[in-house]
Parts: sequence; structure tokens; C-alpha cells
Amino acid sequence: MPDDFNENPDPEATTPAAEGQYPEPKHGVKPGHMDTSPIDPGNIEVLQILDEHGQLDKSLDPPLNDELLVSMHRGLVLTRTFDHRMLTMQRQGEMGTFAPNLGQEACQLGQVIPLSKKDWYSPSYRSFGAQIWRGWSMERLLLLWAGYHEGFPPPAGVNDLPFSIVVGSHVLPAVGVAMGMNYKSDASCMVVNFGDGALSQGAVAEALNIAAVNAAPVVFVCENNGWAISTPLNKQAASENLAVRGLGFGMPSIRVDGNDILAMTVAVDEAAQRARGGGGPTFIEAVTYRMSLHTTADDPTVYREEKLVDPWEERCPIRRFETYMKYKGLLDSTTIERIHAECEQEVIKARDHFRSTAASHPREIFDHLFEQLPEELEAQRDAYLRRLDEGGGSDG
Amino acid sequence: MAEMTMVEALNLALDQCMDRDADVCLMGEDIGINGGVFRVTKGLYEKYGTRRVMDSTLAECGIIGTAVGMAIYGLKPVVEIQFSGFTMQAFDQIEQNMARMRNRTQGRYPIRMVMRTPYGGGIRAVEHHSESREAYWAHTPGLKVVIPSGPRNARALLAASIEDPDPVVFYEPKAVYRAFREDVPETHETMPLGKAQVVRPGSDITIISYGAMMRVCREAVDDLVELHGIDVELIDLLSISPMDTRTLSESVSKTGRCVIVHEGHQTCGIASEIIARLNEHAFEYLSAPIRRVTCPDIPFPYFQTEKQFLPDTDTVIGAVQETLAWE
Repeated sequence: MPDDFNENPDPEATTPAAEGQYPEPKHGVKPGHMDTSPIDPGNIEVLQILDEHGQLDKSLDPPLNDELLVSMHRGLVLTRTFDHRMLTMQRQGEMGTFAPNLGQEACQLGQVIPLSKKDWYSPSYRSFGAQIWRGWSMERLLLLWAGYHEGFPPPAGVNDLPFSIVVGSHVLPAVGVAMGMNYKSDASCMVVNFGDGALSQGAVAEALNIAAVNAAPVVFVCENNGWAISTPLNKQAASENLAVRGLGFGMPSIRVDGNDILAMTVAVDEAAQRARGGGGPTFIEAVTYRMSLHTTADDPTVYREEKLVDPWEERCPIRRFETYMKYKGLLDSTTIERIHAECEQEVIKARDHFRSTAASHPREIFDHLFEQLPEELEAQRDAYLRRLDEGGGSDG
Repeated sequence: MAEMTMVEALNLALDQCMDRDADVCLMGEDIGINGGVFRVTKGLYEKYGTRRVMDSTLAECGIIGTAVGMAIYGLKPVVEIQFSGFTMQAFDQIEQNMARMRNRTQGRYPIRMVMRTPYGGGIRAVEHHSESREAYWAHTPGLKVVIPSGPRNARALLAASIEDPDPVVFYEPKAVYRAFREDVPETHETMPLGKAQVVRPGSDITIISYGAMMRVCREAVDDLVELHGIDVELIDLLSISPMDTRTLSESVSKTGRCVIVHEGHQTCGIASEIIARLNEHAFEYLSAPIRRVTCPDIPFPYFQTEKQFLPDTDTVIGAVQETLAWE
């Protein structure tokens, strides 16, 4: 340690002023650099286009084409149908633990609808609606959640990251991908999804800061569903809303009704355009609710009263969008019923395909860790394969 | 050939790799205009600009996590963690993403990146600046772990690590950074990863070491050969993972006796792994139990005590003599 930590180089500086007098600023010392006027924390926009009764704010009705609107509706229905089927399969022992997404369908789809194939998406483990929209087949997602490694990698041609099971640990790599876009001057963007719980992770704070400082083309979608397993939002954050966090890191922030697919789509589209154009990251707090379980290994009746969920039945993102579609003259009760039935058939078809093709490949576990297997691992692989050849590890 | 310190040799490797491949980029705290706290990246910011030489925010976890993302996007980031003691901040991203992404995605996203970091004691530094925790990374499936011992192999191994298709943890013995100079060829040079080097052939006993401890071992070997007439075989491990088991077992099968020297803690340290492998591959040739000379399982002490804490030539000589005396 330098000695001058304990020495005052200027003895005058410690000379006390006479009582009742404040010392004059010394020669050469500039008057206060600190602006003492109150700080305006800035604006957080709040966006809702369809309210919970399906009422439309006509001034905000986005000019989306009819074909897209119809496929958005189908995407919502398919997501919920798939979720139901997965839950049934899990309860019948056919599926491993997974995280249902009942009630969060609009939030999920809205964050990927504005993306092109050149853009990237980084899902969290509750994002399978968004993954289906991005081009992950339902068969692949069933493989994934049934414990087959083949379901984990993003399909060819889909610029997505795999999700990480450790909450929030995918957000930094997502920002890194966006920094890669800047490095290569590619006008694309990354949308990364995480929840209210993930926002408590240090790594997510680092990711927000790094993205802001580097003007990385990222759209952070914080899916605030009110719960991190059994921990409610008020035990996760002391701020009134989560959007204020993004503002604190120096990026535009907006709070969106996550059960309003139009609002989600519009907000993400605007943020994505800004990102692609060099305008840096945006933070979107998407307000929704986890109506179902954290995962199939969870029992919410232990920590949550059922009556807390009831109001969210009224806020159903699908019913609200169907009201809008009827108003637009794009769907009626008959076509809606048909779409629900078609989605059910599509999911059953995927399930049957999954059942007839799913196979584990225990011999391949050594194939992907390194580009070329090091010699020392060859010996471990050979011993492992011998065990398999001798019938080791089989259920019988 | 030019005489260089390890710092200069590492700088040369970075410069040449960046020159050869536009996807190679650098990221780390204070590596830009400051050239890194040890000046390993000196001049590269001026030569390649802020796009390719990025000063990071003060967040080690963030450096590794974003580098993983850049590697997914096809870049080859070479990141500097200012001191290896600070890699603990990045543990989750190293373990969860850097090491696993290739396997998780079945090869869809290989992670071509290098984490450089100075390690080890002997520079009178404050707490968390002197650790040797290479065993953590060797224990983590999916990583390669490389530790050079001198300017020439540091340059060649760093270049090889940058060109390697898998993630590499590159530990730089900072006690050697400016300790001596060596001839380093000016043209691009690499050495294969995963290969140990027999530095001095001998027939009586094998000493296995790596990194900064190689200097200590070389001095000990000089004494043992000249003053005691012991014909020592000295092996520089260079690559901790994958480990060149073949070279180690061939040597010990020949000499029958072995001492392993490293700075890292004893329990579950690299020496433990070497002993296990020699047990598997050279047991029938052993004439004496294998000894290990390591730091004790105590947090690296405050620097007034570091000389006593670190193994020195006398400890190595003592261990060799005891091993030779075993009947």
C-alpha cells in the first residue's frame, strides 16, 4: 500500500473555518460538478390494445394482415392444446417433468411474431409456444421433455438458442450473440425471454448492463407471471414494476399487457426494429400470470390460494383475441371451433409420431462433447460401450 | 528468432492470430487502451481497434457468458480474466455454457473460445490474486486446460488454443511473465494440445510438473544431476486436460519412481489424477510410492508468507531423495 494514504499532502485543507463562516472555495477548485436539480427517472410507457374483455383501443389497432392474424390465433390455440396434451402425457408417465404455460400463450407468441428467420430467439423453459412458432416441431419438443437428447438442439435453419435449465443463465450468451451481430455489422436482432424470478439473478443484471453499454441489438422480454415456483413477485422485487429495471440500465423500457397478443407483437416489433437499426436494447416487462403449475413436480395449492387465479380466467389471452377476430370478421364461432379441433388433431398426430419414432441413443453420449474425442475419453467410451454390449444399464 | 519474455510472446501469438483470422477478437477488463494489467494485449487496441479489442464492463461472469454467445455466432473470442482468482465469478457461465454448449446442442453450436488468465503465486499480491485452481476446470467435462511454462511454448500453445475447435482454459504462470527471455520464432508456430514434453531424459526417477513450478523443478534437477549424480527425467505436462497419459506412463515404466510437483492444492489436485493414471498404466513398474509436492489445502496466504507456502527447490529435492531411498 502506498504510504500517502495516511498522509495529507495539503495541510491547509484541514484548517477549520472560523465558526459561523463557511470556507471559500480554494483557488483552482471548480465549483460543484454535480447538478443538484431533481432527477427525472424518465418515462415508462404502458401498452394495452385489447383489454381483458376484448375491448379494442381502435386508435392503436395495428395494421397486421388478415393471414397473419389468422395464424396468430391458430398459434395461440395450438400452444394451449399442446400444453394440455403434454400434461396428460406427463400424468400418464409418458413425459418427464416440464413447465406448463397455461395463460401465457399471447406473451410467448407476441415476442417472436415480429422476428424474421435472420433474427435470433433465446427461449426459456416455458417458451414452447414461441418455439413452435419459430419452427421447432412438436415432435422435437416432446422428445426434449421426454428426456431424449435429440430434442434439445435447435432444428436446422432455426436461429434459436437452446434454453438453460438454470434460471437466467441463457441471457448472457443471448447478449453475446447480439454482440456478434454488431461485430459482423448484421442488421438482425436477438429476442431473449426470461421471467420475473430470473431478474433476481446477478448474471441477468450483468447481461442488461453489457447490452446497454455495447448497444447490442437485444430485446429483453421479461415475462412477469407473478411467481417463481412458490415465491410471489412481492418477495422477488421491491420496485412497483419491473420495467423500471431496464430504465435503470439506460435502455428504453415498456410495460405491456402480456395477455394481449396485439400489444406484445407491436411492442416487440418496435423494439426489434430499433435494435436492427443500431438503436440498442429494449426492456419489455410482459405482465401475465402463471395460471398452472411451476412444473409438473409442483403443487401450487401448498402456497397459493385458488382465488388468486380466478381473475386471470377472465383475462384469458385466447378468448380476448377471439373477440377481436370476430369483430374483424375474420373468424366466427364455427371457424373457431373448427380450428380448435384441427389443433387437437395436429397435436395427436405429433404425439403418435413421437411415440412411433422416439428412441434413445445411449451409444452416442461421447459423440458431441469435443470435435474430436481425446484419447483418454476413448478409453472411457470403450469401457462404457462394453458395458452396454454386455446388457448393462438395461431396464430388464 | 527474437528473445522475448512470456508477456511479449503471448502478445505475438494474439497479434498473429488476429491478423490471420478476422473472427478472432479480444475481450476483457482493461485490455484496450491500458493493454491489460500485465500488458499482454499491449498495442493490439491501437492496431485492431475497439471492434476487435473490447474493454469489458467489470463483470467476469458477463465476459464469459457473452463470449459464449459470440462463439455461437461464429466468432472466436479470446477473453482475459484479469486474475484467475476472479474466474470464480464466472464459474456458472464456464460450467453451464462454455463447457456444455457443444454437447447440449449435439455439435450445432461449437464454442471456439479461449479464456486466458494469469494464475499462481510469487508476485506479492493481495488476496485472490495467487490461486492455482486448474483442477476445477480439469474436473469439468468439455474444457481443455493448458498451462505453458516458458515464452516459446506459451506462444505456440496459445496460438494452438485459439485455433482449436473446442473451448480452452489457458492458465498463464504470471510469476514467469517477465522472469526470463527465450528465443521465439517470428513466424507463426503452434504446438499440439494434449501432449506433454520430456524436457530432460533420465533413468532414475521422473519428475512431472507444469507452469511456474517448472522453473523450480529445473533448478532442482540441475542440483540433483550435478551435486547428487541422480539421472532425473523431467516432464513438462503443458496440457492438463486432455492429459498425455502415454508419455507419463512410458516414463514412469522406465524409471519406476515419480514425484509430481504443482502449486495447486493437494486434495483432488492434478497430482492425484496423475497418480491414479499411473496406477492404472504403470503399477507393475513402480519401485516406490509416487510422491506429490503441492501447496497445502489452505487458502493462499497473505504474501508475507507465500515463499514458505509455495514449493521450492529444496522441497522437490527432498521428495526426490525420499522416493529414491524407498526400498
